[in-house]
Amino acid sequence: MIQKKTIFLFLLILITFKVGFVFGNSLTENIDTLVNSTENSSKHNEEEKFNPGVMIMEHIGDNHEWHILTIGHKHISIPLPVILYDNGRLSIFSSSNFHHGTASYNGYKLETSGENKGKIVKVLPDGITTDVATAKPIDFSITKNVLSLFISIFLICWIFLSIARSYKKREGHAPKGLQSLLEPIILFIRDDIAMPSIGAKRYEKFMPFLLTLFFFIFINNLMGLIPFFPGGANLTGNIAVTLVLALITFFITNVTANKAYWKHIINTPGVPWWLKFPLPLMPVVEIMSLFTKPFVLMVRLFANITAGHIIVLGFISLVFIFGNMNVYLGYGVSIISVIFAVFMGLLELLVAFLQAYVFTLLSALYFGMSQVEGHEEHKH
Amino acid sequence: MELVTPNIGLLFWMTLSFAILLFILGRYAWKPIMKMIKERERTIEDALLSAEKTKLEMANLHISNEKLLKEAKEEREMMLRDARKVKEGIINEAKQKAVNEANLIIESARQTIYNEKMAAITELKNQIASLSIEIAEKILTSELTDKDKQNQLINKFLDEVKLN
Repeated sequence: MIQKKTIFLFLLILITFKVGFVFGNSLTENIDTLVNSTENSSKHNEEEKFNPGVMIMEHIGDNHEWHILTIGHKHISIPLPVILYDNGRLSIFSSSNFHHGTASYNGYKLETSGENKGKIVKVLPDGITTDVATAKPIDFSITKNVLSLFISIFLICWIFLSIARSYKKREGHAPKGLQSLLEPIILFIRDDIAMPSIGAKRYEKFMPFLLTLFFFIFINNLMGLIPFFPGGANLTGNIAVTLVLALITFFITNVTANKAYWKHIINTPGVPWWLKFPLPLMPVVEIMSLFTKPFVLMVRLFANITAGHIIVLGFISLVFIFGNMNVYLGYGVSIISVIFAVFMGLLELLVAFLQAYVFTLLSALYFGMSQVEGHEEHKH
Repeated sequence: MELVTPNIGLLFWMTLSFAILLFILGRYAWKPIMKMIKERERTIEDALLSAEKTKLEMANLHISNEKLLKEAKEEREMMLRDARKVKEGIINEAKQKAVNEANLIIESARQTIYNEKMAAITELKNQIASLSIEIAEKILTSELTDKDKQNQLINKFLDEVKLN
C-alpha cells in the first residue's frame, strides 16, 4: 500500500515537472523561431503560438545543449561540447558559442530551420547564410543523448560494481539491500530468459551480454521517464542506440553460429525441393530473416519508447493548446491531461521493463537458434 | 525522417560506450556475481542434501538404538535368569552338603556313643563281677565263721543241687 502511494506520488511529481518543462520549452521554441533577431525584441505575437509537434519532436530528438529550465525569458541550460571532424580537421568547442543558433562560430553554425534543422553546418563566406548543398562536418559532439548515455553508463557501472563488491563481501550469505533488489532480476534473466532459450549447457557465455543489455535498456528507459536533468533524454527511443544494440546481437548471433545453423539456412530441412531449386526461394527468405530479426529488434525498442514519450507529451500539450484558447479552459483540461499522463507514466513503467525483457528474450532466442544441435534440426 | 536517421556521432559514442560497459561489467561485475550466485546455490543444495542425509541417519540411528536397547534388555533378563539359576544351584548344593555333613556327624556321634556304651557296659560287667565276687567273699567269710552255719549252707546247696 505504502509502495503504491510512493509510486503515485513519484509520478505526480514527475508529471508536474514535465508540465514545467514543456512550458519552458514552448518559450524556447518561440525564441528559436526568431532566427536572426536579438532575444530582447518583442515576441508577444510569437508567445501566443504553441506548436505541439515541434515541441514533441524537440523532446524526443537530440540537442547540442541540455535545456533545464526557463525562467521568464532566461534559459538555464547546460552547454555541451561540440566535436566536429571536417576533412581531417578536428575542432572542439562549447555549444554555447552558437548562442542557441543565433550566431556562427569558427565557420560553423547550428541550423535552426529547414532541412538541416538542429544540425551543425558550415557557413558560407558571408558568415551567416548556409547552403543545403555543401557537405556537413561529421558531428561527434557530446550531445544531450551522448551525455545521458555517459551518465547512465556511469550509473550502471556504479550499481553493479557495488553489487559485485557486496557479493564478495557477503560470500555465501543472503543478499542485502540493493543486492536483494537486483538479484531476482539477475536470476530471472538467467533462469527464465537465458536457460530456456539457449539451453542449460551453453547459456553461460551469453550471460554477460544479456545482463548488460537488459540493464542498459531498463535503466535508460527509466531514466527517460524522469523529466528533469540526469534523465529526460530519449536515449532508448533513439534509432542510433537501438541500431547499435541490434547490431551487437546480430554479430554475436552470426559469429557464434554453428554449422547446423548455416546448413539450416542454406538448405532448410523439411521443405519441398522445388522451393530450393531451381529458384532458391527458401534460402533467400532465410537469409533475409538474418537481417530482419535485428532490424525488428531495433525498430521495436525505438518505436515503443518514442511512442510512449510522444503520447505523454501529447497529453501535456493539450493543456497548452486549450490554455492558449482560454486560460480557464487550460486549467480544466490540465486535470484530465495530468490524469491521463499519470496513467501513461504508469504504463511507461511497465513498458520500460517489458521492452528490456523483450529485447533480451529475443536476443537470447536468436543466440539459442544459432546454437542448434545437429539432431535438433528435424524438429523444425 | 530526422527521427529514423541514425546520427553518426551517437552511433560512434554508443558503440564505444557500450563496448566499454560490456567489458567492465563482464569482467568486474557479472563474473563475480554469477560465480557467487552459483556457489551459493550449490552451498544451499549441499546443505539441503546433507540435512536430508542426516535425517535419514538419525532415523537409522534411532532404529538401531531401539534394537540395542531391546538387546540389552534381553541380555539383562538372561543374565538375571542365569544368576537366579546359579544362586539356586549354590543354595541347593550348600543345603545338600550341610545335610550330608550333619548326617556324617550324627553317624559318627552315634558310633562314638555306641562304643562308649559298650565300653561302659563291659566296665560295669567287670565291676559287677568283681563286686559280686567281693560281696560273695565277704558273705562267705562272714557266714563261714561258725561251723554250723557252714554245714547248713552246704546242705542247703546240696539240697538245691539234688532238686535239679
